[in-house]
Amino acid sequence: MNDSLIAADRFDPQLRVTLAALLDTMIPADEEYKTPSAGTDDIVNDVIRSLHEDASTTLEEFLTRLNDQATTRFEDLDLDSRWQIFTEIQHLEAQALRALSAVLLQCYYRNDDVLKSLGMEARAPFPVGNEVEQGDWSLLDPVKSRGSFYREV
Amino acid sequence: MSNHEERVDVVIIGSGASGAAVAWSLADTRMRILCLEQGEWTKPNEYPSTTRDWETRHFTEFSISPNRRARDTDYPINERNSPIAIANFNGVGGGTILYNAHFPRFHPSDFRVRTLDGVADDWPIDYETLEPYYDENDRMMGVSGLAGDPAYPPKLELMKPVPLGKAGQTLGNGFNELGWHWWPSDAAVATEPYDGRAQCINLSACTSGCAQGAKASTDVTYWPHAVRAGVELRTRARVSQIVADENDMATGVVYFDEDGVEHFQPAEVVILACNGVGTPRVLLNSTSGRFPNGLANRSGLVGKNLMFHPYASIQGIFDQPLDGPRGPGVCIWSQEFYETDLSRGHVRGFTYEINRGRGPVSTAYTGVFSGRVPWGKEHHHHYRGMVDRMTGMVAICEDLPEESNTVTIDDELVDSDGIPCPKIDYTLSENSRKMLDFSVERATEVLKAAGAHDIITEAPIAGGGWHLMGTARMGTDPERSVVNEWGRSHDVRNLFIVDGSLFVTSAGVNPTRTIGALALYVADSMKKRLATLFD
Repeated sequence: MNDSLIAADRFDPQLRVTLAALLDTMIPADEEYKTPSAGTDDIVNDVIRSLHEDASTTLEEFLTRLNDQATTRFEDLDLDSRWQIFTEIQHLEAQALRALSAVLLQCYYRNDDVLKSLGMEARAPFPVGNEVEQGDWSLLDPVKSRGSFYREV
Repeated sequence: MSNHEERVDVVIIGSGASGAAVAWSLADTRMRILCLEQGEWTKPNEYPSTTRDWETRHFTEFSISPNRRARDTDYPINERNSPIAIANFNGVGGGTILYNAHFPRFHPSDFRVRTLDGVADDWPIDYETLEPYYDENDRMMGVSGLAGDPAYPPKLELMKPVPLGKAGQTLGNGFNELGWHWWPSDAAVATEPYDGRAQCINLSACTSGCAQGAKASTDVTYWPHAVRAGVELRTRARVSQIVADENDMATGVVYFDEDGVEHFQPAEVVILACNGVGTPRVLLNSTSGRFPNGLANRSGLVGKNLMFHPYASIQGIFDQPLDGPRGPGVCIWSQEFYETDLSRGHVRGFTYEINRGRGPVSTAYTGVFSGRVPWGKEHHHHYRGMVDRMTGMVAICEDLPEESNTVTIDDELVDSDGIPCPKIDYTLSENSRKMLDFSVERATEVLKAAGAHDIITEAPIAGGGWHLMGTARMGTDPERSVVNEWGRSHDVRNLFIVDGSLFVTSAGVNPTRTIGALALYVADSMKKRLATLFD
């Protein structure tokens, strides 16, 4: 069992479903860009694994309050209804959402499928490195023609 | 005292930019030299760039903030009374492990601020004094750059400059449009194989450590040479205090090892190389009957005159794809506004340092938290308008010394060995505020001239306390300085300081190249006086 599944097991299973629905609301899939939803299993597990223990508790409390916003559980609503609730609570729950947002962005934008959809290679920078063009050094000609200007002492 | 170690000739506290340089330079004296380092060696394969989640690890275990990083080898810092938070790294190589390797020299005018502009103080040494040590430090670190920068006197050229890339060309055009100075940055980055180090392969992650070894951190530059020359580097050795006798001579240092065991290390000479916060911390923690306010502090200036470089960040969003994070963090610089022109509303000046761009996570943070990238269905469209399309610059502003900006010892905060920790009290001056505002306005003009359609600014950068200077300043007057003009304490004649604490003024450039040169200068001054060192 990997770390991700261990952490996911510690998180309340029902609230995990709510979390997936919330993340899907924040970053839904997009067919045009071929990007996955943030509510996919891999990303939800990564988010849970990346939370510190106290942040995890805070998130569970927040998700509980989120479920209290409607007559039915958040995850049972359609996307438009979830979006309406999300926009209503953004200011009221700014602190909890900011903490979740930071972790979500970190996990979403290191996901292989997301990086591929952006045309990026899903790999560590080392040892392959990257190509960067040298550039046109003649751009410096106007600077050179100006001459020395440092302050004499 | 639990353990009394064997006496050494020289004990150096700290192994960063200055500790490594002074250790290497003194090695040819054949003295017994020991360096105590509270951190550890960092293995290249541990750096974030060797892993898929390289970008997020920069925010956690390789964070520049010791309070966020919170390793066993770090010490916490109370920075609640400062708008700028401390950045450092505790380990072999010190701050050079995480620095960006932007490697400018000071200018001749930076040593004559009082004479030229009537503010702060002149240094007791000048550019000409340091010039041969700049050259020596350049050779040891390995510097890339392009000769002929009109903003500087001629200087040594070792390796070709880092690539311009799309970012450098885009902003170079912007500067040209306005007729303003720019030049490829001097960089402590090997652009070709150098002294056993591989050349830069544009890993994108200079500020979380270079797995390639192309960036000149002192663990891969000075230290291999110093260790081969016989210097002992003892890691996980955290100094709590320097002990002095009734003759005002240091007798050695007390340190804790990895297991929390206390040791006394006797030494004939003690050299502090712990940066502008760590050095005053050790001195202020070293109280005694003869030094009730901290060792070497009869001037009362230890911990005072703390200088950062207040930074502004000015980033543009462009229509066309740029480099993203690819390439060394350093690119080009501009010193169009480096010298004093009072019509700008402030005294002294600043350097623009052009960065490359941001990785996917950093772009998302910037986009979402600045309100440019919404949640929901529109998220992807707006994000794609930013990713790989950002570049810009920081303005690194000269900070003038003020005695009210201080490092003191916190009443409650201690590290894992129970050693009292630093407290920072710092207020941004009116001059710095005006300089920051001016730098943002001019940079905005550059970015617009270069084609940016949207501009994001932050001034000062809240987490930007990279440069820690001035807290044990050098000078000829024992009442107005902590050490003399060659780094020896006025009060304790076998105690030397070689780090950024020495700085009289901060200049408007990164300090590491000058810190290394100063350390070599102090070492050379010691070597020339070995027979009369304590007179």
